[in-house]
Amino acid sequence: MALLQLSEPGQSLAPHQHKLAAGIDLGTTNSLVATVRSGQAETLPDEQARHLLPSIVRYLDEQIEVGYEALSAATTDPLNTIASVKRLMGRSVEDIKTLGDRLPYEFQQQDSVVPRIHTVGGAVSPVEVSAEILKVLAARAEASLDSELNGVVITVPAYFDDAQRQATKDAAQLAGLNVLRLLNEPTAAAVAYGLDQGQDGIHAIYDLGGGTFDISILRLNQGVFEVLSTGGDSALGGDDFDRIVAGWIMQQAGIKDDAGHAMLRRLMRDACAAKEALTDAETAQLDIELEDGSHWQGELDRATFNQLVEPLIRKTLAPCRRALRDAGLTADEIDDVVMVGGSTRVPYVREKMGEFFGTPPLVNIDPDKVVALGAAIQADILIGNKPEDEMLLLDVNPLSLGIETMGGLVEKIIPRNTTIPVARAQEFTTFKDGQTAMAIHVLQGERELVTDCRSLARFELREIPAMVAGAAHILVTFEVDADGLLHVTAKEQSSGVETSVEVKPSYGLTDSEIEGMLRASMAHAQEDMDARRLREQQVEAKRVIEALASALAADGEQLLTKEEQEPIKKSFQHLVALSESDDYEAIKEAIEALEKSCEFYVERRMNANIHKAMAGQKVDNFND
Amino acid sequence: MLDFSKNYFELFGLPVGFEVDSNRLADRYRELQRAVHPDRYANATEQEKRLSMQGSTRLNDALNTLKKPLLRAQYLLELKGVDLNAKGSSITDGGFLMEQMELREELAGVKEQADPYDAIANLMNRIRSHTQGLLREISEQFELGTSQALEQAQETVSKLQFLNKLSAQVEELEEELDEAL
Repeated sequence: MALLQLSEPGQSLAPHQHKLAAGIDLGTTNSLVATVRSGQAETLPDEQARHLLPSIVRYLDEQIEVGYEALSAATTDPLNTIASVKRLMGRSVEDIKTLGDRLPYEFQQQDSVVPRIHTVGGAVSPVEVSAEILKVLAARAEASLDSELNGVVITVPAYFDDAQRQATKDAAQLAGLNVLRLLNEPTAAAVAYGLDQGQDGIHAIYDLGGGTFDISILRLNQGVFEVLSTGGDSALGGDDFDRIVAGWIMQQAGIKDDAGHAMLRRLMRDACAAKEALTDAETAQLDIELEDGSHWQGELDRATFNQLVEPLIRKTLAPCRRALRDAGLTADEIDDVVMVGGSTRVPYVREKMGEFFGTPPLVNIDPDKVVALGAAIQADILIGNKPEDEMLLLDVNPLSLGIETMGGLVEKIIPRNTTIPVARAQEFTTFKDGQTAMAIHVLQGERELVTDCRSLARFELREIPAMVAGAAHILVTFEVDADGLLHVTAKEQSSGVETSVEVKPSYGLTDSEIEGMLRASMAHAQEDMDARRLREQQVEAKRVIEALASALAADGEQLLTKEEQEPIKKSFQHLVALSESDDYEAIKEAIEALEKSCEFYVERRMNANIHKAMAGQKVDNFND
Repeated sequence: MLDFSKNYFELFGLPVGFEVDSNRLADRYRELQRAVHPDRYANATEQEKRLSMQGSTRLNDALNTLKKPLLRAQYLLELKGVDLNAKGSSITDGGFLMEQMELREELAGVKEQADPYDAIANLMNRIRSHTQGLLREISEQFELGTSQALEQAQETVSKLQFLNKLSAQVEELEEELDEAL
């Protein structure tokens, strides 16, 4: 700091100033927020000391309720009360029809591929519903720590596909959050366990949540968590247990399939309660209020329950076997199995998994909280509160990514379980003389046929110079970033003409849709778009100022000559002067100018880091 | 762009050659990822994020190439100036081709076996031991390093490609069996 005298007296620019970062477990049934306080990760309760926030949102005329309040209305106002919205994230209207769920909502008929649920508060998309949950959790973190939230890590099922991840990120954007990373839930759980126990070895994380199932195999070695493989089913979870029990009750009580929404909601609630009761008790008593107001009474014992859910548990075994095979391991090479997610409270699940992996499952951390705790630890590191921390997570992409080729077949470009970030390119060519355009269809999945994979995006590369068939060299590049999100670019190289296209998943929201939602939510919050943009730029300016100040303090003198410092110093001071102004265009330009002026410095810094890491190697070469 | 002009072996401080100390490779990889991984730059500027993603991507590519014997052999041949695309895959070893046909026939018949899993394990073992033999061969060919030896190495690479493809097909079949359970 002494170097450039960048900060005004009293302005806090201390390089390692503690920032507030939170981990958010955005669950199917319940959500949680956690943070690291005095070195300890802990979940944050609401004012009534409740840690879980039911992932339920109720839309009223003028108001939105989230959590317990909405939960209590779920059976009386089912159409306006949205539960388990996570199952709809990144799904198209078509997908939802094939999910086979009897969803107690009314979907709006419309042109957009993103489904919208009709409520008295207007039509809402799953992204908007999720954003409401995120807002409540963020507000809870800010209120309980009395500080502004600088960044969040949001967890997603490892088996979430690209569209589902993008939808989650969109929801965070809508909620106005700075997303440091999307983190896979089993990896988050491993972090919470790994740091707790500090054990090197190979761990299996069995994560059965409300609506999703994940299995991850990872190796922990000296602070590095390396995911070896992951598998799962993004539409299998505790909800299915409830549904199967509800089906059994309907059969026993003679309830017809065409029962009303409210009846179905009550059934699901009672089925869930019975399931939970059977965790400790051998039998669960049932008292079901029927549509005519009369009651049906019955009993469900554990043996019957086990028999009912057995097929669901068996359904989780195929992904487990595949994950082992992908990791090149057998079940007996797994050192321990960690149980994550509320559904792993079911004793039969634990029993079956203990049998499969040949080791009693680990359950010492509350399976509801472990994911949020791990996310909080990672958020704390990513925001920069622990610059010396050695922990590193190396995750993989869960599903193969490819492109459609002739005959409706998929050519894989990035196979599943490849460590991310990753970029792979493949060359294609034209098949007709004079062909000037090429359709590119991006797919995700393991099957050979296009129709069996998930279509992520279609786009066209145009303006290919006319050539004979086979002469064009079209390079299609797939890049998966550290959030597991895919970017595809295509360019024709032989002629020197470059055309490249960035794609977003076809099931995602378009930028204009997000903008529209933002506007709508502003109308609620009495805040306008410009005010939001300005605030965003001010926050960004602050971030850039802090990042640069701490970089310069660390190595500015070593890496830059006096002459090189001058222009950086100038643009830095320009940004500092503007950062509190209310001209967001000017702030934006100043940020861009500053970033431009330090480009070479940033490259130099990163190279210095690499050289340092490589020099470290040489030192131990001598020691070997 | 980052200063990543070094070849993959130099990047990890390893001698250029087919035999790679896998522990050392893993250690070097971790050290370098700790310096460049996007998690180190999660709250940094867009430029730093971009650079770190490029650097980390390259490290992953380098590790993947050096870790897998087939990719490593192909990369080495490339470093030695052998153009793998020029000659196509030509296997002149008739015995090898015969054996491949047998293995393929066995694969086709797995589902009819009384214990298909047992048949798969059997097949996998044979593929594995075959692969091991080829890896010893190619290691010697690279050790010799003469242009004749490198030409032979090219043929060995083609053989390894055969076996890799076959073992991928065996795994697919196993997956199919799992799903039917």
